[in-house]
Amino acid sequence: MKITEQNVEQVALFSRLELTEEDKAVYTESLNTILDYLDMLDKLDTNNIEPAAHVLSFKNVFREDKLQSSLAKELVLVNAPEEEAGCFKVPRIV
Amino acid sequence: MNRYEAVIGLEVHVELKTDTKLFCGCSTEFGKEPNTQVCPVCLGLPGAVGVLNKKVVELATKAGLALNCAIGTYTWFDRKNYYYPDLPKGFQISQVFRPIAYQGHLDIDVNGATKRVNITRAHIEEDPGKLVHSGGSITTSRYSCVDYNRSGMPLIEIVSEPEMHSGEEAKAYLEKLKAILECIGVSDVKMEQGSLRCDANVSVRPVGTTTLGTKTEIKNMNSFRSVQYAIEYEVERQIDVLEDGGRVIQETRGWDENRGITVSMRNKENPDYRCFIEPELTPIELTEEWIEEVKASIPELPDARRKRLVEEHGLPEYDAGVITSSLALAEFFDATLKEFPDAKSISNWIMGELLRLLNARNMELSEAKITPSSLAALLKLIEKGSISNKMAKEVVEIMFDEGKEPDQIIKEKGMSQISDEGQLAQIIAEVIAKNPKSVADYQAGKKQAIGFLVGQIMKATKGRANPGLVNTMLRDKLAEEA
Amino acid sequence: MRLYNLSVFQLSELMEKKEISSEELTNAYLERISQVESETKVFVTLSKETALTQARNVDQKRARGEELSPLAGIPMAMDDNICTEGIKTTCASKILYNFIPPYDATVAERLKGAGAILMGKCNIDEFGMGSSTENSAFYPTQNPFDAEAAQGCISGGSAAAVAVGEAAFTLGSDTSGFIRQSAASCGVIGLKPTYGHVSRFGLISTASSLDQIGPITQDMTDLALVLNTICGHDVKDATSASVDVPDFTKSLVNEVKGLRIGLPKEYESGVEPQVAAKLQEAISKLEELGAICEEVAMPHTEYAAPAHYIISSAEASSNLARFDGVRHGLRVEAEDVSSMFKKTRSQGFGAEVKKRIMLGTHVLSTGNYDTYYVKALKVRSLIKQDFDRAFEKFDCLLTPTNPTTAGKTGKNPNDSLAMHLSGVCTLPVNLAGLPALSLPFGMVDGMPVGLQLIARHFEEETLLRVGYTLEQSTNQTRPKPGLFLKYNIHRG
Ligand SMILES: [Mg+2]
Ligand SMILES: [Zn+2]
Repeated sequence: MKITEQNVEQVALFSRLELTEEDKAVYTESLNTILDYLDMLDKLDTNNIEPAAHVLSFKNVFREDKLQSSLAKELVLVNAPEEEAGCFKVPRIV
Repeated sequence: MNRYEAVIGLEVHVELKTDTKLFCGCSTEFGKEPNTQVCPVCLGLPGAVGVLNKKVVELATKAGLALNCAIGTYTWFDRKNYYYPDLPKGFQISQVFRPIAYQGHLDIDVNGATKRVNITRAHIEEDPGKLVHSGGSITTSRYSCVDYNRSGMPLIEIVSEPEMHSGEEAKAYLEKLKAILECIGVSDVKMEQGSLRCDANVSVRPVGTTTLGTKTEIKNMNSFRSVQYAIEYEVERQIDVLEDGGRVIQETRGWDENRGITVSMRNKENPDYRCFIEPELTPIELTEEWIEEVKASIPELPDARRKRLVEEHGLPEYDAGVITSSLALAEFFDATLKEFPDAKSISNWIMGELLRLLNARNMELSEAKITPSSLAALLKLIEKGSISNKMAKEVVEIMFDEGKEPDQIIKEKGMSQISDEGQLAQIIAEVIAKNPKSVADYQAGKKQAIGFLVGQIMKATKGRANPGLVNTMLRDKLAEEA
Repeated sequence: MRLYNLSVFQLSELMEKKEISSEELTNAYLERISQVESETKVFVTLSKETALTQARNVDQKRARGEELSPLAGIPMAMDDNICTEGIKTTCASKILYNFIPPYDATVAERLKGAGAILMGKCNIDEFGMGSSTENSAFYPTQNPFDAEAAQGCISGGSAAAVAVGEAAFTLGSDTSGFIRQSAASCGVIGLKPTYGHVSRFGLISTASSLDQIGPITQDMTDLALVLNTICGHDVKDATSASVDVPDFTKSLVNEVKGLRIGLPKEYESGVEPQVAAKLQEAISKLEELGAICEEVAMPHTEYAAPAHYIISSAEASSNLARFDGVRHGLRVEAEDVSSMFKKTRSQGFGAEVKKRIMLGTHVLSTGNYDTYYVKALKVRSLIKQDFDRAFEKFDCLLTPTNPTTAGKTGKNPNDSLAMHLSGVCTLPVNLAGLPALSLPFGMVDGMPVGLQLIARHFEEETLLRVGYTLEQSTNQTRPKPGLFLKYNIHRG
């Protein structure tokens, strides 16, 4: 199934990516090349086949509700691009 | 107004009472310094993956069972993908496809009638962090700060069917939900600390129609009362829009507590959460036996308790309803009843003085110093006639604030009732001697004059005279003198 | 004696006998690195100071007579998407150019515990998307055999490091075949363990259900020694298997008599004749040694690559959402949060990564979810079934690692589809979560050829046994890199 430039615009928004007009054309083309290739899956009948989201059939992996030490204070913000009063600072939301 | 019917569904997020977060061992304690309860997992640091807290599965199952839900014996976690600065991984781990609990219900009482509200689902998910806006509000701030202490806290989201029709019903639903969750001990259910949060989906439709109108989602309510008011406002707003020939726009609106209105939060984007099974966690398989075990651990629920108070202890429906609306009150009642067998008089004191004091002090029962056994002791003193009802009210206030035992308070304040007939006879004689006019009035047939005389006796004893005894003795004495 | 030419096992013996110290060995490696690194570009980050400190610590422990792991004091390195506390970890991406993890990945912690010396972090494709390091945001790593750098041969920092002696062994990461493909084209041994056998905690995931950390070594003995240290249950990783871990050195058995080896014929389509000839040579050798080699049908093989493309892109689009400029890495300033997200991500990610993120977003969106994503998960089931059936009859499967000589990525190395297709032999293994080994097996046109052995879940021992037998019975498994003949490399 083909993807349009409008689709690509929407997908870029959902991906939080900014595309120039040129980018948009380039990605539309290259994504369509891939999607054409992926269409070969249509040949395969997969009715009655269970989807396998996990590789192995592990289940019920739990931990006990036991406290573990959190990160040392000086390590929490060590990678923060911007901080204020012990918090991660971000530009305005709206 | 009655040309339209409001349709309301609630989404309630409840923080589960665990020591640690959903997928990491960080503390869930409320109110700590920002970003002091975080680790690579709940900060969403590159490479960090988490492991499910077993207690969460137990508490969520318990909540589901208490809400009459079916429990999924094979469930899993999914990713809900969206971008927001408080969401450290860029996705929320939730249960989209297979909630742990589904198809439940709870019964609410509104205007004397019982109504069943169906619960669509209750699923486990993680809380995002918290945004602190520099300018106080999201719209006026130049920048915001993110505190991830709350990130990864275990939640259940309880989604009702759109089956409520007024703000009042919504409030009653929330009160009942809170009472149940509190009773089974799965959450602190404190709206002011954010351990219970509610979003309301509101739409209106012409009376008699069945298709749903366009809904709006209302957020930011911080009390049950504001949920009610926000819904009432929103319903009227939507009706106004329709009456003016307009169309309701599907959007998220925030409740502005100060202005008492809902305002559009204008999200430009139609979200597509692109949910898929979380590959980094394993599915959960629950056995029927295990579910039965959890079921067995559920204590008496508020409805059953209320029924018991009415049927076994003869309380009026109304009293029973008030007392079982809060686990603390109900437990206080039961504990008092163990030491003093008169249910109605306990209920009178709880619903009267105790609730009045809690309201006046704006306190939780757990913060008050009064205990069930001290209340029982006080009631025993009243029954014996050692203290008058009126004085007992003063005593109970001191018990409430200071936690002393009633006999100690009575002794310290010299409040004990005078029931000694010799002592009373002397005072009565003095009062009769000082008030010949009232005595004459009484004997002339003005029976109400006795009230004045009783008042004078009470005044002379600083209110400590046993009123019953005073009445009898005074009448006898006046009859004697006539 | 050139220390960097010796295996982990040999070096360990020298240190045990106190003929060399770890500090001396580390210095020897640092010298080697300073000689060749400008040409190889194996490392993204070198950790010289911590390496020397670690080495001195190990020497002190040895002097005190403490019992030490065979990896103690051995210089090693790992892919730059494995978190190392206090040492920059970039995923070869601009978006993480300055990220210093405040914690160690479980494998890094285990190696540290064993006393292995971390020399630095190896170059990869940005977020592991590719198999040639051509998509590294910094520079491609040179294939040590591809003297003119003209053939577009697959290389990876961790495989090249072992090939040229910049580390005695390394840890790589494998989503579609990176460990095996780059090991094959660099003439070294690479193993992708069973999914869940090695903890993924601290591996910066591209595709969580496919990624696996594994060792790259000079020989089978070293492989067993490294596996002994890194395999095993990790309480911090929910996908980690709680199975007993054997002593892998016990699997170093020169014996394949009666072993049943399946030959999936579907893996031969598109394989260069010269590579097919090397495969045939190996089959003859194994039969000569008493193994039973027979063809086996794997009918869904051709669908593995598209399914893998969908699943890996979908998971990557979600895994890479956390790079938003709020908590770590690059931030491009903007007026509001949403613009900051977009600018940061647009400038931080390379073209290939952006394309995969968009593809992943697309295949998960409403309307496409069933067509692509669910379909791919169903295909994964079929691929798993193919393997299950094959393993009913066979103990392991033998295929080429790369379909072309030394894993050339195709005419256009920038074509991501071609690059992806170079993994046709390796990526079905990731979809099924199986263990697979790439073993060097001679040369074609001056470039090494690798053979892939695939076994059942948690049966790495079979791979070690077959690999060890081939290693002991042929002289094909130690190719010598051509580019660095001027530095007199002598392997073996
Ligand atoms: Mg929710
Ligand atoms: Zn945490």
